[in-house]
Amino acid sequence: MITLRYFASLRETLGRSTEQLEIFELHTVLSVWRLVNPDFSLPENTLTAVNMDYVPQSHLVKNGDEVAFFPPVTGG
Amino acid sequence: MTVKICDTAFDPFVEIQNFQNQLTLEGKFGATSVFIGTMRDFNNGDDVQAMTLEHYDGMTQKQLTQIIATAKIKWQILDCLIVHRVGKILPNEPIVLVAVWSAHRDEAFEACRYLMEELKENAPFWKLETLATNETRWVSKHINQEIAHDK
Repeated sequence: MITLRYFASLRETLGRSTEQLEIFELHTVLSVWRLVNPDFSLPENTLTAVNMDYVPQSHLVKNGDEVAFFPPVTGG
Repeated sequence: MTVKICDTAFDPFVEIQNFQNQLTLEGKFGATSVFIGTMRDFNNGDDVQAMTLEHYDGMTQKQLTQIIATAKIKWQILDCLIVHRVGKILPNEPIVLVAVWSAHRDEAFEACRYLMEELKENAPFWKLETLATNETRWVSKHINQEIAHDK
C-alpha cells in the first residue's frame, strides 16, 4: 500500500488531498500518477517527493511509501 | 538549531529574545543576523486583504532541518532559529523569521541569506491570496520572480 498526497492548487484541481493505492508491479512516481489520474496528465513544473524528500518522476516507488505531488513552492 | 511552524501570529522580536536567552553561548557570538518577512497588503498590482499559507507538515520540518545542516557545513554557525507561519495571515503580520548567531558577521550575514533563499526554494509552503475583491488566487513562482527582479 502506498499513500498519495496532493497539495495547494493541485489538491484543489483534483478535489482530493490524499488517497491510498495497492501496487503489485514496479512503479515510478510518474506511473503511479498515471494509474490514479488516467485522464489528467501531470502538470508541467509539478514537484514530486517520496517520504518527504524531493525525487525525480522516474524514482521507483515501493509499498509503504508516501508519494506527494505539488506545485512550485512559494513560502517565505 | 530550531525550526518552528506557527499557526497563530508570532512576534519575531520576542522569539529572538527568548531564543537568545536560552543560549549557552555567552561571550562566544559576536554577530547575529536576522531576516523577518512580513505580509504586504499588495501583490502584483492588486490589493490583498489576507493570505492562507498551506504546508506539507513533516516535509517542511525535514527540508528546513536539511537546509540548516548544509548551512552548518558551509559556515561556522553557533546557532540558528527559523520560525514560519501557516494558516490565515493578515497584512503586517510576520510570515517568516530567520536568525543566525555566529562569531563573526560574514558567517551570520551569508548563512542567514542562504537559509532564507533555500527556504523559499525548497520548503513546501504555498500562499493563497485573498484579494480586496474577495477573489482568491494561488501565488505562483513566476510572480515571485518578477517581484525579485523589481527589487
